[in-house]
Amino acid sequence: MADDKSNAAAYWKANVRLITGCLIVWALVSYGFAILLRPLLSGIPVGGTDLGFWFAQQGSILTFIGIIFFYAWKMNRLDKKFGLEE
Amino acid sequence: MSQFAINLLFVGASFALYIGIAIWAKAGSTKDFYVAGGGVHPITNGMAIGADWMSAASFISMAGLIAAGGYANSTFLMGWTGGYVLLATLLAPYLRKFGKFTVPEFIGDRFYSKQARLVAVICLIVASVTYVIGQMAGAGVAFSRFLEVDATMGLIIAAVVVFVYAVLGGMKGITYTQVAQYIVLIIAYTIPAVFISLELTGNPLPPLGLFSTHSESGVPLLTKLNQVITDLGFNEYTADVDNKLNMVLFTLSLMIGTAGLPHVIIRFFTVPKVADARWSAGWALVFIGLLYLTAPAVASMARLNLMTTIYPDGPTAEAIQYEERPNWVREWEVTGLIQYEDKNGDGRIQLYNDTEAFAPTAEARGWEGNELTVNRDILVLANPEIANLPGWVIGLIAAGGLAAALSTAAGLLLAISSAISHDLIKGSINPSISEKGELLAARISMSVAIIVATYLGANPPGFAAQVVALAFGIAAASLFPALMMGIFSKRVNNKGAVAGMLSGLIFTLVYIFVYKGWLFIPGTNNLADIPENWVLGISPLSIGAVGAIINFAVAFLVSMATEEPPQEIQDLVDSVRYPKGAGGAINH
Repeated sequence: MADDKSNAAAYWKANVRLITGCLIVWALVSYGFAILLRPLLSGIPVGGTDLGFWFAQQGSILTFIGIIFFYAWKMNRLDKKFGLEE
Repeated sequence: MSQFAINLLFVGASFALYIGIAIWAKAGSTKDFYVAGGGVHPITNGMAIGADWMSAASFISMAGLIAAGGYANSTFLMGWTGGYVLLATLLAPYLRKFGKFTVPEFIGDRFYSKQARLVAVICLIVASVTYVIGQMAGAGVAFSRFLEVDATMGLIIAAVVVFVYAVLGGMKGITYTQVAQYIVLIIAYTIPAVFISLELTGNPLPPLGLFSTHSESGVPLLTKLNQVITDLGFNEYTADVDNKLNMVLFTLSLMIGTAGLPHVIIRFFTVPKVADARWSAGWALVFIGLLYLTAPAVASMARLNLMTTIYPDGPTAEAIQYEERPNWVREWEVTGLIQYEDKNGDGRIQLYNDTEAFAPTAEARGWEGNELTVNRDILVLANPEIANLPGWVIGLIAAGGLAAALSTAAGLLLAISSAISHDLIKGSINPSISEKGELLAARISMSVAIIVATYLGANPPGFAAQVVALAFGIAAASLFPALMMGIFSKRVNNKGAVAGMLSGLIFTLVYIFVYKGWLFIPGTNNLADIPENWVLGISPLSIGAVGAIINFAVAFLVSMATEEPPQEIQDLVDSVRYPKGAGGAINH
């Protein structure tokens, strides 16, 4: 029982760590590159405009898709590793 | 065949398909009605979420908003997609594991409080009803433009179709019609975009065309667009925004509002396993992304097309004669969505930005005011006509616009009816109701919701246009934080959750009402809704994110000052965190 408990706690900790990483990337591409850091990236040209504009209208959406599939894949592995899969 | 006959054929065929699906997918139990039996494949569910999520606002209005605002309105693109990252990591898998039918049910059980469940039901109904009015009104507009029937008549036809498949099939019927509606709407959206992109840039993929070279001038498309519109006194399309705080908060409000909207969350209850809930969030965003990556291309290309239609020899040369205007301008003038007034009496159409800074140029050119007003909403609907595409593409757009409106309306109506029959009737008024009785109650509440939505769609209250602020503000400030804390904290208790939801909700509503009018009654606002009056430059549309922060803070502080939740609640939190032993959604 104690083992089950510490195993479950370790699983949850690993999940929270993974979520934190995902959300850092999520915030970086949208609030960072596309909005707040856009002036810093203005020197990088992309098709008639700058990198920040690309992130605002395309890059962030593509990154979001990548984050979700990465999270789903990684969590499936965590579920198995900790023996908590359905 | 006349255009009317083609439109009728496309819309009629799509409606016949939806009704056919409804008859095939009739709901036999409450489990069928609320969660489609719980056996939906994650890719199927992803597609259904796509149609559920992409409303008349996404299909019809979003490209127009981006065309008008350029970079500044990228907030809609990021806000309405970024919420899925939050859903996939913070809510969907755990709520699926919880394994019940509605969002208020989780809040009620986790916070062992009937008040909490009731607050959630009220938030859900207010957010969903305001949202559904917009869908019905959008369906009415599409009908009146393409099928030449009166908007009210169009609305009634739409309501009857939704009635058949939603009341009969519940979530089961809605799921499979949403899949069909997704296919219709995505084809309708992308085909004209591909042709326009080919014509302007030679690239058949609109998202790549957006950053390609404009074939005619040899400069990048966006550079060309910036040149043309700045010559006419408009801001650069790609111009940066000064008020970054507001832009961040608006995007954040849309993201957490998206994640907190019940009609989206309940779609995740329909998949068999926790892992499937995660995958279906990813697939949903792939299907949504197809439209959301096309929309900004449509926006900039349509804006450039409009300008070159009005100024065929460039913005510094003469505008076209009114008598020589293209056919699509004539047709949309009939609807009143394009208006022309020859202010300087020269018989030409001068379209420009009537500002003080541009006044000297306008005067030098003999212009006496902007002469053409184009409603933003026609951009997507008029796209095939602007690009001279064949009649069947126009018929497809009509069917696509209706698919977008109806699929979202059906999802919202299901969220509303399940909150009434499951949370209110079974949850508090008559807990001993039989399975059959509850199914009947669900069907009756769905019917009543459709009638109310149709009436409000035909007679939209003044606040219909404020839907974004209200629905997203409520979902962001009340539901999302409560759900997230219910999963990620064992310490937040009943008192904290109720205090948090109420303070987030009240704060958000008050801030919106101060600028938009109390209950949106015109003239009752305390301050004019202009940037100078906003606290720290935060617009009422962006306040949901602040409301959410207040909700988190109050819930945490009140919980720390009061007792810990009982052991069985802490065990419940543990059980939603671990996928093992989920089983199907069950009726308790």
